[in-house]
Amino acid sequence: MRIAVLALQGAFIEHEQALQRLGVESFEVRQKKDWLQSKDGLILPGGESTVQMRLLRELSLLEPIRQDILNGLPVFGTCAGMILLSQGHLGTMDIRVRRNAYGRQLGSFNAVGKVAEVGDNIPMTFIRAPYIEEILSDKCRLLAEVDGNIVAARQGNQLATAFHPELTSDIRFHRYFLKLTSS
Amino acid sequence: METNRQDLNRQLAQMLKGGVIMDVTTPEQARIAEAAGACAVMALERIPADIRAAGGVSRMSDPKMIRGIQDAVSIPVMAKCRIGHIAEAQILEAIEIDYIDESEVLSPADNIYHIDKTKFKVPFVCGAKNLGEALRRIAEGATMIRTKGEPGTGDVVQAVSHMRLMQSEIRRLVSMSEDELYEAAKQLQAPYELVRYVHENGKLPVVNFAAGGVATPADAALMMQLGAEGVFVGSGIFKSGNPAKRAAAIVQAVTNYKDTKLLAELSEDLGEAMVGINEHEIELLMAERGK
Repeated sequence: MRIAVLALQGAFIEHEQALQRLGVESFEVRQKKDWLQSKDGLILPGGESTVQMRLLRELSLLEPIRQDILNGLPVFGTCAGMILLSQGHLGTMDIRVRRNAYGRQLGSFNAVGKVAEVGDNIPMTFIRAPYIEEILSDKCRLLAEVDGNIVAARQGNQLATAFHPELTSDIRFHRYFLKLTSS
Repeated sequence: METNRQDLNRQLAQMLKGGVIMDVTTPEQARIAEAAGACAVMALERIPADIRAAGGVSRMSDPKMIRGIQDAVSIPVMAKCRIGHIAEAQILEAIEIDYIDESEVLSPADNIYHIDKTKFKVPFVCGAKNLGEALRRIAEGATMIRTKGEPGTGDVVQAVSHMRLMQSEIRRLVSMSEDELYEAAKQLQAPYELVRYVHENGKLPVVNFAAGGVATPADAALMMQLGAEGVFVGSGIFKSGNPAKRAAAIVQAVTNYKDTKLLAELSEDLGEAMVGINEHEIELLMAERGK
């Protein structure tokens, strides 16, 4: 098993470390030639979505990644990564996302909650986080809500969270994603 | 789980990694920076080169001007307060700034004490020339560190020295035996727990960016190769001939700092770089402020 981690900007090393803890190999995608390697899944990390989108376009990575996801490549997006998967960006998930939904840094917070299919008492770290305003089709399943807002969803083997499992020591989310890649 | 502000503030800095934070003085410049791929902007009335030229006392920017920039962009907005100026920091917290830079670029308000940053909810980034300074700032509550460099010069030499020194001091701590750490803490004038963290992890407990004198994509790539986790660009962009193009090139150079062919392409046709001044031609060494 080999997982690609988009490494244009943001907290990609934290995802690589989470995968390492699970004994899974990963490699960084910084340009088009990196993308040509064989892979069983893709992680889109947190960071600034405006920066990541611009670099995806400039480096001609946007279309190849979009096509591979549409062709069934499993993908896991956290925070900015969830924004990339949403409508108006890569657009591979039927979700509409609100950026900076909790305001500025003073609105960042931790929570603990239940995530369907993943487990109870999942620690959730929200950093200038987005949330899902609307799920646009029944192909997409709501996995978790915090204070009435949707913060995790799955559509086939596409997984998106508004929070950052990679910033906690809890590896259940990454294990769950790896299960999606092998099913 | 109890919300731990310090962790959340360190984690925001983690999200900025691999990115470029740009100095801007107007909403228009902020929009140009965001469109060019800045991961955050630093809102200030005058960029360091102009602060240097103007002389006199340099203070926190007008909150109204900072608000204008907050309204113009969706990325994090940072602003500077003077070293030790608790009230300026409180004002910046009141307008919900995303990060405060307690900065040697402004005139220090206190010659002895830095701000006790643990008393604030809002995060702080501080400059450091060496590992001891970095760990003292972290002990005071800074959740992000940057090299001081020599701001407003367009001369990268000081940022390089500071980054190299910090990295070599980190390697030295890693190589020590545990019983040598107490003496190391004494020499570094830093808390033992933080010295021990660096010994065990081979890095600072917070994100470490490069700042001061970065003016070209090559400068940015150099700093990344020396171990910076991202780059601040102050005067280098909006004091150059083609800010939008230069900004975008520096952003790409930070992502692909090891790809020399791409760096060559990115360095082409950027127009005039800021003229700059050499570090030994200037009278005021801002890096010497606040130790």
